[in-house]
Amino acid sequence: MSSITRPEVAHLARLARLDLAPEELDHYAEQLDVILQSVARISEVAADDIPPMSHPIPMVNVFRDDVVTPGITRDEALAAAPAQEDDRFRVPRILDEE
Amino acid sequence: MNDLTRQSAAVLADAIASKEVTAVEVTQAHLDRIAAVDGKVHAFLHVTADSALAQAKAVDAKVAAGTPLGALAGVPLGLKDVLAMKGEPTTAGSKILEGWRPPYDSTVVARLRAADIVILGKTNMDEFAMGSSTEHSAYGPTHNPWDLDRIPGGSGGGSAAALAAFEAPLAIGTDTGGSIRQPASVTGTVGVKPTYGGVSRYGQIALASSLDQPGPCARSVLDTALLHAAIAGHDPRDSTSINATVPDVVAAAKKADVRGMRIGVVTELSGDGYQAGVSQRYAEALDILRELGAEIVEVSCPHFEYALGAYYLILPSEASSNLARFDGMRYGLRAGDDGKNSVEQVMAITREAGFGPEVKRRIMLGTYALSSGYYDAYYGQAQKVRTLITRDFNAAFEKVDVLVSPTAPTTAFKLGEKLDDPLAMYLNDVATIPVNLAGIGAMSLPIGLAPEDGLPVGMQIMAPAMADDRLYLAGGALEAALTDKWGHLLIEEAPAL
Repeated sequence: MSSITRPEVAHLARLARLDLAPEELDHYAEQLDVILQSVARISEVAADDIPPMSHPIPMVNVFRDDVVTPGITRDEALAAAPAQEDDRFRVPRILDEE
Repeated sequence: MNDLTRQSAAVLADAIASKEVTAVEVTQAHLDRIAAVDGKVHAFLHVTADSALAQAKAVDAKVAAGTPLGALAGVPLGLKDVLAMKGEPTTAGSKILEGWRPPYDSTVVARLRAADIVILGKTNMDEFAMGSSTEHSAYGPTHNPWDLDRIPGGSGGGSAAALAAFEAPLAIGTDTGGSIRQPASVTGTVGVKPTYGGVSRYGQIALASSLDQPGPCARSVLDTALLHAAIAGHDPRDSTSINATVPDVVAAAKKADVRGMRIGVVTELSGDGYQAGVSQRYAEALDILRELGAEIVEVSCPHFEYALGAYYLILPSEASSNLARFDGMRYGLRAGDDGKNSVEQVMAITREAGFGPEVKRRIMLGTYALSSGYYDAYYGQAQKVRTLITRDFNAAFEKVDVLVSPTAPTTAFKLGEKLDDPLAMYLNDVATIPVNLAGIGAMSLPIGLAPEDGLPVGMQIMAPAMADDRLYLAGGALEAALTDKWGHLLIEEAPAL
């Protein structure tokens, strides 16, 4: 397991949609490295024949009956919107102008 | 009745039902107590005084009319701010949700209402439940009522401190790696993390979905059981909710008997790294359990030493995915929307402005562990360790009925002491994390004060999945013996505020 570099941290921040300040990039590069080194020991024990566990209680295909139940109304859903227009969420531009 | 804030939930429920006191009197007494002491403790982020008094009036009307009452009618409660409550601020301790009022109730809140429990307000917590000290709350830390310069534990420090400060006899917590049990341990209160799927997560703002579990907090084992019974049980709105009968935890708390019970002492969860006074009180509690008729045996769980590492890969991975929903588009904070920035830039500026340092740290860690090229080495390996830890528990529970350990390696530390050292902070959860990885239930209850600092010490009891009643059988017996010895519950020794 290799150590984590500053460009990698900048890439992660982009993936995670975090507009980190330059000093934060330095800080997290250092801290993530320390944390990753401390957890690296788990590779010592987890052999190939051990099945991974994603969930404590195994359950598959949990469905409810297909009946209509009341949900929240449009106005309730929009009540907390940072911006709205014509009964819809207003969002910043998604496509470039060109 | 003497000071209503010093009573147990069980006593208050009886007194209200038998018209000895009114629910409004009980609620007002607790609101007055909050007004008097919460300036020092800061257990509450938001007090819902109007709705609490309205709820109390409705209970009194039911009592007067002879209408059947809920299980804990009129008893006040503090609700961790991670659970949605319709129309009331719900922030999860984060600036990104400042001012948000959910349009719906979480299932836990719906069940509290059905039990006629009066919700006093929302309690403080580490931001998105990430932390062990409540210092990561964006709204300032909670102070431990035993010593205001010390941490009340975390992430549910507000709920535990509200109990210890006699601001509420009941509280709700959520436990992802110890966030109910470690605060209980350092505040001299009781807390239970139920079996995963035992209490619905619907309406709980998710941290790590395969680990999160809401649960009851109180000052005694019986009160904790009464609250557990009120909130537990299958919920079709949570697909991971267990569709089976909930064990009778109230009967177990009343029976409180360890005669013939086989209790396993986990070798790996004691000794080096545990404060001397913690180890001393723990050894004494084991002697008491032996005198009460339990058989104490040593049990080894060799993979527990890898639990912390696995947890700090699985939790950030799930958290980074869950917290992707906070993008400033449909609710919560939006920053940088100047008409020029793209949606992607607005999301990044919003998240940078709205999340605190610990949340950003864990999002980055999780993004890394899940990223292409590292997934197998980190997240994949951690999931295998999870299997090994569960196998350790299964092997142990073939030999014993319950397992025990200290809940936390130390008593409450000073505010600020570990804030800039994430690894030192993470070590607080070393004894509580294996339980979440395996999805079993566990309790923390007070077993005395550490001689060197006079602060509460907690013991953890762990039981197999869906055998949460065993926690109350053993915890109830130990609490009764300790109460006999001291003449009162440990919490009665907390200093006046």
